[in-house]
Amino acid sequence: MQFMLILNETADDFSRRNDPQQAGEYWGGWTAFIGAMAQAGVIVKGDGLHGPHAATTVRVRDGKRVVEDGPFADTKEQLGGYFVIDVADLDAALDWAARAPSAFSASVEVRPVLPPMPAPGA
Amino acid sequence: MTGAPDQHKAQRVAEQAARASYGRLVSILAARSRDIAAAEDALSEAFVSALRVWGETGVPVNPEAWLVTAARNRQKNDIRADMVRRAGEPELIRRSELPAEGEAIGDNRLSLMFVCAHPAIDTAARAPLILQTVLGVDAATIARAFLVEPAAMSQRLVRAKARIRDAGLRFAIPQPEDLPERLGCVLDAIYAAFGQGWDSLDTPTAPDALTGEAIWLARLIANQLPAEPEPKGLLALMLYCNARRQARRDATGRFVPLDQQDVRLWDRNQIIEAEGLLTAAARAGTFGRYQCEAAIQSVHIQRPVTGRLNLGALRMLYDLLVAQSDSIGARLGRAVVLAEMGDIALAMAELDTLPTERVRQHLPFWVAQSRVALLAGQPAKAADALSVAMTLTADRALQSFLKEQSDSFRNVQSTV
Repeated sequence: MQFMLILNETADDFSRRNDPQQAGEYWGGWTAFIGAMAQAGVIVKGDGLHGPHAATTVRVRDGKRVVEDGPFADTKEQLGGYFVIDVADLDAALDWAARAPSAFSASVEVRPVLPPMPAPGA
Repeated sequence: MTGAPDQHKAQRVAEQAARASYGRLVSILAARSRDIAAAEDALSEAFVSALRVWGETGVPVNPEAWLVTAARNRQKNDIRADMVRRAGEPELIRRSELPAEGEAIGDNRLSLMFVCAHPAIDTAARAPLILQTVLGVDAATIARAFLVEPAAMSQRLVRAKARIRDAGLRFAIPQPEDLPERLGCVLDAIYAAFGQGWDSLDTPTAPDALTGEAIWLARLIANQLPAEPEPKGLLALMLYCNARRQARRDATGRFVPLDQQDVRLWDRNQIIEAEGLLTAAARAGTFGRYQCEAAIQSVHIQRPVTGRLNLGALRMLYDLLVAQSDSIGARLGRAVVLAEMGDIALAMAELDTLPTERVRQHLPFWVAQSRVALLAGQPAKAADALSVAMTLTADRALQSFLKEQSDSFRNVQSTV
């Protein structure tokens, strides 16, 4: 089964990324986590994302495009990255999620991936 | 009508299979698909066709295997329909790989119970879910047992089943480190089933199926997890209660309260087994709710031997029980013991702290209220409480016992 690990981070986590004092430890934690998943062969795909300061939100209302700077909701935890992993069940996915650096400072949401949509005309 | 006897036999065998094997069959059917609701649907259709087919062709040698095969065929059809909808989904192909028809029917009930008690399932839904899927208890009965509105309970169960189907929970006995928390929910559900079966013991249409299943499940868990003390505690608790079963009614079918029971009717073997289990459980050195409740029963069982009820021991055990698991039942028990020991004010205060909306329809609350009022020298209040209690049971024998008690309290009042 495929699960998405939705990696949430705090404002403090995002600022550690570029802080010369803390960047090494921050990225080191992620490298170790991703390395372990890669070695276990569970990664389907995944990426880190720029922080919420780089987010742009678009809505179309009454045919008009409304663009706002920033994420769609201003919350204490923001999406910092994601991985799609292929494991046997939720319990295995939760075991991986609990090893993500952001599980210690913020949270990881785990969701099963839907099966592909039927091909058009099928 | 020449087919009538066969029709009756088919119906009886199908009913027996439904009662005795429901959870076993659901767990077999749901183990692969994780879809409990669909497994239940497929099984109920299999039961319907069993009633028709067995009536015509006779009851098969192995009715359970017949039901599983019929339900699996139904599941296969559903999966095929799904595959047309979602072409190219390898997961569904994997799920449709069903084992050979002749394969022995194993027992996955333990796995099914643990998946229902998974931390990813709403806490309040876990025990009801086990009751419904493993023991086939209907939602309305479960709602009554858990003091919840039936509509809210059905919704809770539907939501939990959707989560099990979609969230990908593991169907297996948990790792040792997760066991204590998951085990607690499983034991709670078994005890709730026992309580439900006990309440309807005298309804002719519902014989000892539920209490028997509950004892069977507790024994299964106690055997499979020998290092855990609480399954032994629960099994002991249920055996103590079951041992007194014959003594609950006199020869004319009238209700007999615990302190007036003919102890010669108590089942010595079950009591001895319970005492042994409690001792074995104590060796693990971790006290828990069920060992505590079993110990309370053990105190009651000692009364005929020692000639007196050890209220001091009961008080201590109820204090421990409230500390272990603060339930309405534990608080009611403690309040009555406090009153019996003469501490009326404290007992009344204890009853007053209970949430009104949860106890208003709870028979044991009104019985406790009545006992405390009587000890407080308020027979009118005691009689009124029993009049309410009377309306909360369908058990005729208990109803008439409560009515006689209530009437006698009113007579006490009029003679004073």
